[in-house]
Amino acid sequence: MNAPHSRRAFLAGTGALVIAFSSRKAFAQEGGPPNQGMGPAGVKKLPGDLSKFPKTDSWIKLEANGRVTVFAGKAELGTGVKTAFTQCASEEIDLPASSITMITADTALTNNEGYTAGSHSMQDCGTAIRYAAADLRATLIELAATRLSANAAELKVANGVITAPDGHKVTYGELVDGLDQARDVRPETKIKPNNAFTVIGKPFDRVDIPGKLTGTEMYVQDMRPEGMLHARVVRPPGYGAKLSNIDTAKAEKLPGVIKVVRDGSFLAVVAQREDQAILAMHVLEDSAHWDDQTKLPKQSDIHNVMMAFPHDDTTILDKGILGQPGAKSLKASYSRQYQSHASIGPSCALALMEGDKLTVWSHAQGMFPLQNGLSKLLAMPPENIRCIHTEGSGCYGHNGADDAAADAALIARAVPGKPIRVQLMREQENGWEPFGPAMSTNVSATVDAAGKIVDWQYDVWSTTHNNRPGGAGNLLAGQHLATPFTPDPPKPIPQPEGGGDRNAVPLYVFPNARVISRFIPTMPLRVSALRGLGAYMNVFSIESFMDEMADAANTDPVEFRLKHLEDPRARAIVEKAAKEFGWQPNAKLPRGHGQGFAFARYKNLGAYCAVAMDLSVDRQTGIIKIGKVVASVDSGEAVNHDGIRNQIEGGIVQSASWTLLEEVTFSGTEITSRDWSSYPILRFTDIPDSVDVHVIDRPDERFLGTGEAAQGPTGAAIANAVRRATGVRIRNLPLNPANVKAAIGV
Amino acid sequence: MATLTVNGKQHNIDAAPSTPLLYVLRNDLKLNGAKYGCGLGQCGSCTVLVDKEPVYACVTPISVLEGRTITTLEGLGTPENPGPVQRAFIAEQAAQCGYCIPGMIVRTQALIEHKPKATEQEIRDYMAPNLCRCGTQVRILRAIRRALKETRTAEVVR
Repeated sequence: MNAPHSRRAFLAGTGALVIAFSSRKAFAQEGGPPNQGMGPAGVKKLPGDLSKFPKTDSWIKLEANGRVTVFAGKAELGTGVKTAFTQCASEEIDLPASSITMITADTALTNNEGYTAGSHSMQDCGTAIRYAAADLRATLIELAATRLSANAAELKVANGVITAPDGHKVTYGELVDGLDQARDVRPETKIKPNNAFTVIGKPFDRVDIPGKLTGTEMYVQDMRPEGMLHARVVRPPGYGAKLSNIDTAKAEKLPGVIKVVRDGSFLAVVAQREDQAILAMHVLEDSAHWDDQTKLPKQSDIHNVMMAFPHDDTTILDKGILGQPGAKSLKASYSRQYQSHASIGPSCALALMEGDKLTVWSHAQGMFPLQNGLSKLLAMPPENIRCIHTEGSGCYGHNGADDAAADAALIARAVPGKPIRVQLMREQENGWEPFGPAMSTNVSATVDAAGKIVDWQYDVWSTTHNNRPGGAGNLLAGQHLATPFTPDPPKPIPQPEGGGDRNAVPLYVFPNARVISRFIPTMPLRVSALRGLGAYMNVFSIESFMDEMADAANTDPVEFRLKHLEDPRARAIVEKAAKEFGWQPNAKLPRGHGQGFAFARYKNLGAYCAVAMDLSVDRQTGIIKIGKVVASVDSGEAVNHDGIRNQIEGGIVQSASWTLLEEVTFSGTEITSRDWSSYPILRFTDIPDSVDVHVIDRPDERFLGTGEAAQGPTGAAIANAVRRATGVRIRNLPLNPANVKAAIGV
Repeated sequence: MATLTVNGKQHNIDAAPSTPLLYVLRNDLKLNGAKYGCGLGQCGSCTVLVDKEPVYACVTPISVLEGRTITTLEGLGTPENPGPVQRAFIAEQAAQCGYCIPGMIVRTQALIEHKPKATEQEIRDYMAPNLCRCGTQVRILRAIRRALKETRTAEVVR
């Protein structure tokens, strides 16, 4: 691993890059993202989010001192995108990372790129930064040609200095005067060809890791502005509960307590010290009386309850004629319980109300949507609210971050002029976050005598996977105010990305197939986006069932998948994982051991990922121990190989945790999985023996979102390996010891 | 008023004796390394060393810490001059969001002092109290093996 310092030395050492290299074709000619290419009337559309925000200096701005500032509307969520953005800018502008200041999601400074979600950051934002930087560099070279009375094609560029053949030089900074940075990025902009890369695709350390590992102020949790006060909220015991009565006098008399804030059922306390705020929160909890708690369904019956609710059905794939005759037909049902984001650091936010202006520092995924939601919550014009993304712990979707921001904003309004810091307690984070929804799937298929699937039917039942703000009712505090806000009506996310039906359409080629998405508007538990949305459950179901069909066809599972895959990149990724794992059809393994394989292309639009693994099952305890895991991934052009490996490794371990252990538990009226004892996740003793990730780099292809690609294949590979190890197919998640023991009849 | 020795320096702390060490470190001493994760001693994000033993700062009241030596992440190295365990974690790029990593680094420091020749199983058992939600454990284990190896090498050279 190269240190950033050595990389800079390397850049300096390679000296000038001749700019007359054969540039890559302009983006308007490339097969780009869905929103890219030719627009109406043959107008060339700019790539990525440049199509929405074409101005150069809304992405990259050169200062007279020769430094550039890059403005990313997407935020760092712990996935390393800030580093990849830096690489994109550094490569195309020809400046070292040390000359680049990176600003991320800030309603006062960056474009509104919506949420940082759905593995879109590189496609939308990374692409835009790259082309904006390339265009700025091209403009600087044109200006330099005039200034130096030289032919542009003969100029050399290195480290922000442009040199003519006669040795005359001009720096980027000297060209700032007379540079029109506000103009639109030109559609004919060309990015560098990959044989000229010195930064993209090269070893490049994460820019944020040294600070995070030495205690630098890096997270919103670490902020301590002058005069800051600490606040804690008191959450109701369960959904729907109303604060009927409370005596706040006892809490108000505690040392350090400044104010108890109440608005309807929204209750919070502000104190000088954090420990004082926590003590006062506990006193308030003991003094509060709550009514009208909503009854919850029985957890053991949740899937039947959900499937009995009314649902809106959409046929998302309808091909050929179903009911084909064949050699063998199978059908099966799969289910998943509610699962938590369970971020390791409970959500936190700071807010400061000064006059009629509010500033909020938050680790939520969308600063502009948050600004919009807070504007409605507080009845303030959005332009009076500034939301600044500041890192928190990993969120993996819509966790409690937006709620904490709303809490901080309401408290800051009640205690103006002081920065207010709110951090949720562990039990509040786990008890009130919007969960990944419980889901059910049914699948049936027929295989012919040649071992090919001739008929495939798939149904998925799910609530929405998106209850993000937007509306003030999607902020938890908004639901608790004396005049409460109602959450926005739930909507499905349409195909091709999909929500509950994300990845419900198989990438396999079947001549006759129907897939129905059954959208359930009723939500017994609060739900929203969890990494991968429905893809985890749909890939778990499809890839489990592909193994069942492979058995029915008496075919090796890897061979069976390849028999139904036409996309050459999909085939390559399956073959790569099988080869690197050393996959052997009918491998002889010790008793209790099994190997499993699974594959998906995330959203059928993003990265391709295949996972092979072996594991053992202890029949006495029901404990599954994962041994060797090998994965392959194709994310298109790889900007940072180690960043991609890190995301896939992490996705595998997190998905293994979901699959082996995780389910939100609830009693008649309350969420009961509120800490790490009642909501266990994988510990070091359960981590796979090894995880190896192989990146297939496609330098001529566009970026494909990677962050969620491993979730589905990992879950299915585990279930498939458990089937080989025990002879039993487990179709209901999680595969925890109790469920495994029940399934194998111990 | 309590007197605490943190990273080699004495501090007079004006807080209730029952105050958990975590809040004193973060707010009175403005040290960012130890993080709030659960307040229950279940996740290890707040891990610090007390007399070279890993301790959950979130459940340790300051009243029991007078006269004892407290070491936090900041005591193991600085951004300009990271310590051996920090260097090993940086070399392996062992972080995603990074929130849990300070606790991991501090516990690794204790492992090196107590079990410098730890086997793979002993490493995993020793690290089990600390949770990572991003799933970075595979890299964290690589970083720990590297830190153990480099420490042993340094011992031999010395």
